[in-house]
Order: sequence, then C-alpha cells, then structure tokens
Amino acid sequence: MDESTAVPAIDAIRLVKRFGDRTVLDDITLTVPQGELFGLLGPSGSGKTTLIKLITGIDRADAGKVELFGEPMPQLKMLQTFGYMAQSDALYQELTGKENMAFYGSLYGLAGKVLASRIQSAALLVNLTDHLDKPASAYSGGMKRRLSLAIALLHEPQLLVLDEPTVGIDPVLRKTIWNELRALTQKGVTIIVTTHVMDEAEKCDRLGLIRDGKLIALNTPEAIIEHAGVHTIEEAFIALGSSKEDHT
Amino acid sequence: MRIRALVVRIIRQFVRDKRTLALLFLAPLLILSLTKLVFDGRTVSPEIGLIGPASALADKLEEQNASITVFDSMDDADKALHSGDLDAIIQIRDGKADITLEGSDPSVSRSTQLVMQKALQSSAQDDLAPSVHYLYGGPDMASFDSFGPVLIGFFSFFFVFLLAGVSFLRERTSGTLERLLATPIRRSEIVLGYLAGFGIFTLIQASLIAWFSVQVLGMSMAGHIVNMLLINLLLSLTALTLGTLLSSFASSEFQIIQFIPIIIVPQAFFSGLFNLDAMNPVLQKLSYIMPLYYGADAMRGIMVRGEGIPDIQLDIYVLAGLSILFALLNVTALKKHRRM
Ligand SMILES: Nc1ncnc2c1ncn2[C@@H]1O[C@H](COP(=O)(O)OP(=O)(O)OP(=O)(O)O)[C@@H](O)[C@H]1O
Ligand SMILES: [Mg+2]
Repeated sequence: MDESTAVPAIDAIRLVKRFGDRTVLDDITLTVPQGELFGLLGPSGSGKTTLIKLITGIDRADAGKVELFGEPMPQLKMLQTFGYMAQSDALYQELTGKENMAFYGSLYGLAGKVLASRIQSAALLVNLTDHLDKPASAYSGGMKRRLSLAIALLHEPQLLVLDEPTVGIDPVLRKTIWNELRALTQKGVTIIVTTHVMDEAEKCDRLGLIRDGKLIALNTPEAIIEHAGVHTIEEAFIALGSSKEDHT
Repeated sequence: MRIRALVVRIIRQFVRDKRTLALLFLAPLLILSLTKLVFDGRTVSPEIGLIGPASALADKLEEQNASITVFDSMDDADKALHSGDLDAIIQIRDGKADITLEGSDPSVSRSTQLVMQKALQSSAQDDLAPSVHYLYGGPDMASFDSFGPVLIGFFSFFFVFLLAGVSFLRERTSGTLERLLATPIRRSEIVLGYLAGFGIFTLIQASLIAWFSVQVLGMSMAGHIVNMLLINLLLSLTALTLGTLLSSFASSEFQIIQFIPIIIVPQAFFSGLFNLDAMNPVLQKLSYIMPLYYGADAMRGIMVRGEGIPDIQLDIYVLAGLSILFALLNVTALKKHRRM
C-alpha cells in the first residue's frame, strides 16, 4: 500500500463541542480509513449533525482536532475534497433542479461538457432525470433529498459526508442508492453517513453509536451485536444505551 | 468563475421573481410620477377679490394668472374669504394696497403673495422696479425640480437596501449559506458575487429612473446624465452593501423591515428633502454620516446646478468609500459562519 491510502480519510481526535454551558459532543475520537462506508447511528438530538459539522469544518470544536486525509481542518482547499449533503435541503426554490446542480457544480470548479455530463449521471443515479427542468419549489420532499444527494456527488469527491441522505426516499430507490454508495467505496471513496434506520446501519462497514454526545460503541455491526449479546443492531443500541445509563 | 456562477444564479432567481422585478423597476417610477402630479400640477391661479374700481391693477393681476372678482364692499369680500371662495382680498386705500390673505395653507399664501407682488410692481410703473435674475433654475422651476433629484437618490437607495437585505437573509435562513460555505468558495467571492449580481439590476434600475425622470417627467436636467447614472449606481452599491451587512443582524424578513424607520427614514430627513437650516447646527452635522446625504447632494448638484465631476468628487469618494467599507465588513461578518 502506498502512503496516501494509509492516511485515514477522517481522523477526529478528542472532539468537544458546547452550546452555551451544554456539552453536546463529549470527547469523541474517531478514525475512518479510506474506502470505508462508516455509519453514525444515534437518536434524535444525540449530536450526529454537530459531529458532521465539526468534521467538515463548518462548525468549530471547543477542543480537539480534525484531520481529513492528513490535513488539519478547517482549511479552505480541503473543502474541495468532500461532497456534503446537509440534513436540511439547501436548494434555491426558484431554480430548476438542473440549475441548482449547475450552480453548486461550478462552485466546485466544474464547467462546460464535464459539468453537463456529471449532472446527467448524478441525476440518473437518484432517478431525477425526468424532473431536472422543474423548479425545486415543485419538488416533493423526497425529490429534494435526492437532488441534494446528487449535488453532493457532482464533483466526484474522495469523501462523501451525508447527513440522513435517505429520509423520505422509498425503499426501492433507497436500495439503489445504497448499492451505488457501496460501489463508490469500492472505487476508494470514503463515505460517512448518519442514519436513524437500523437496516441501513447494518449495511455499513463500521458503525459509531452516539448517545447524548458520547460515542458508546465503535465497531462493525456484527461485533457490536455480539458484544451486546443480542440479535439486532436495534437491540444492541437499546442495551448499550441503558447499560451506560446504569453506570451514571 | 465562482463569482460568475453566483451572478448567473442571482440573475436567474431575479428573472423568475416577477413581483420583485416590478418592485425594483416600476415602483420608483410610479412614486416619482405621483410626486410629480402632486407638486407640479397646473400653475396655481389664486382667487383674488378686489374692492373698488382699480381696473389697471385687475388687468395686471389677470396677466399673472390670477382670477379676479370685483366686490363693492369689504363685507361681501370678507364673506367670500371666509367661505373659502377667495385666497386673498386687495383693497386700495389712499393709493396703498391693503392685502388680507386667507392664510391657512402657507404654500397657497406664498404663491398668492408672489402673484400680487408681481402685479403691483409692474403697475407701479416705477423705473426702480427690480429685474430679477436666477443663478440656477429659473422662474419656471417647480419645487419638484428641486427635490426630485433627492427623491431619485432615495428610491435607488431604499429599494436596493430592502431587496439586498432580504435576499441575503434568505440565503442564511434557508440553509443555502451554510451549504455555500461548505464549498471552496471564498467569503470575498460571495460578497463580490452579490455585488456584481445585484449591481447589474441596480444599474438597470438607475438607468431607467434617470431616463424616466428626465425624458418622461421632464425634470430639469442641467448637468450630464452619465454623472447622474454614476451617482445613482454608487448610491445603490452603498445600499446593497449596507443592506447585506445589516441583514446579518436580522433573523427574519420582519426584522429587515424594522431597519426602515431606523436606517432609511432618518436619512430621508437629512438628505435635503426638507430644509435643515432651522435645525440645531450640531444635529445638522448628523447628515455627514448618512450615505443618502452625499448622494442627494450630488444628484441635486448635477440636475439643478449642472455640476460636473470636479464639483461632486467629494460625494463620489465618500459613496465609493462607504461601499468598500461595508463590503469589507460583509466579508468579516461572514466569519461568523466560517472562519476561513
Ligand atoms: N446551534 C445550536 N445552538 C444550540 N444548541 C444546538 C445547536 N445545534 C444543535 N444544538 C443541540 O445539540 C444537540 C445535538 O444536535 P444535533 O443536531 O447534532 O442532533 P442530531 O443527532 O443530528 O439529531 P437529529 O437526528 O434529530 O438530526 C441537540 O440537543 C441540539 O439541541
Ligand atoms: Mg441531525
């Protein structure tokens, strides 16, 4: 292996984030090697989005540090290396799907024929090809989600940071998307994805379980299930969460 | 490249939003037309009552566009004055004119007085009657010609301020700003993109207002229209940068509206719509911190007094300086959302 694949895609060390006097993320250490499909699982309000924002450098940690591909964050040039899909769709309602994609695409330096062909292939992937000329305001919730995902894929980044990418997307399309994500990791793309959905969690290479801002487990889905002595991720999550509470 | 993407996006958004386009382009024209109608209607013809036989004076008054009613007694004339049929009564006693004005509307009193003065002067057949010359403007200049230039500046400022503020706020509240800041765009590129994108529309707006007020409304235009455009554009850029800057202190569209009485209205008072000579001199100095003061001063200079670049260069420097200052502050304010 050459050195570049040896460097982890994400290296987060002892991250702490507070809002006022509330500690939302408490001492999170997390390493994601290149080419891994990593899942962040946790209940609502546990701190998944906050962690994602620290990793991408959108928000700043109160303590600890983040490195992407060995480069300390935040750094302007590193913003080119990842594709980001926020939890809330950041779309321009007056613009069509295609125009939204073209806008974000050109911010990543895409232009001309390359941009046009990337728009087509990303739209195909999320099954939006027939709706590209509609304004985003006329999209359904799931369609907006898919458009946001397509935008994140547009510049073929080395790292994909997806905050609940499949909310509001039907099971069939969801499966297609997960297959595509899997295919991307085989090409060496690293993916970090947050989710509430247990069957999605089981498809990840490794999982991080977050509860109340603490990382309560970090392992492959199978190892987590085995360690908790249960049969499903769902049960493991409940078991690990409550055992943690028993100690405190 | 990224700036261009932002400009293209802003143009597309604008073109889709017909109502906002109308507000930007048509609303100023509508309000200017209305103001013109109100302040610049027919030449006022005062109703003057004349007591006793003084036909020479009556002719002179009619030459000055007054309509004359001759009364036999003061009582009848007095009744007409009370009932509002007359604006003034002239009674000639011992060769002296004794004038009673209705007086409830100062502007009517003034124009009535002016008409009577002119008539009396010319009927005096006196070699000493003064002949009046105007340095700027002329006897036909209406008050609209004098404060119209200020209004033009005001509208360029007001509408652009509002639109820029709301647009930038929306970018923040809709989450697109955060998404934008997760791309490799520089903070300065965002500000420049906004300046350029909105700049195009403000340039169109400025040209439209300039053309309309001179060609259609027939406002007096002593100077060069290019200078007028320049000032209008600078004023809009100041409004644009100030609007986006202040929008980072607002959390909703309604809070942008709250800036109107705080930021916009005081500027209207200090910009020359009203004569400030009667104001406390210390308070008068407040106008020096108001962008609109400089814009209005230059506009009036160009349109009324025909001033060229050398006469208005201070205004140009101040407006350009304020725009640059606000733009830089904008770049800094974006640090709140992303440090790099
Ligand atoms: N800007 C903020 N100011 C104050 N508190 C915040 C802010 N953003 C998040 N929080 C708090 O931090 C905690 C974690 O929020 P976060 O958005 O990371 O949760 P999450 O795991 O993504 O939840 P969900 O699954 O609902 O998206 C929450 O309790 C939330 O109230
Ligand atoms: Mg979240």
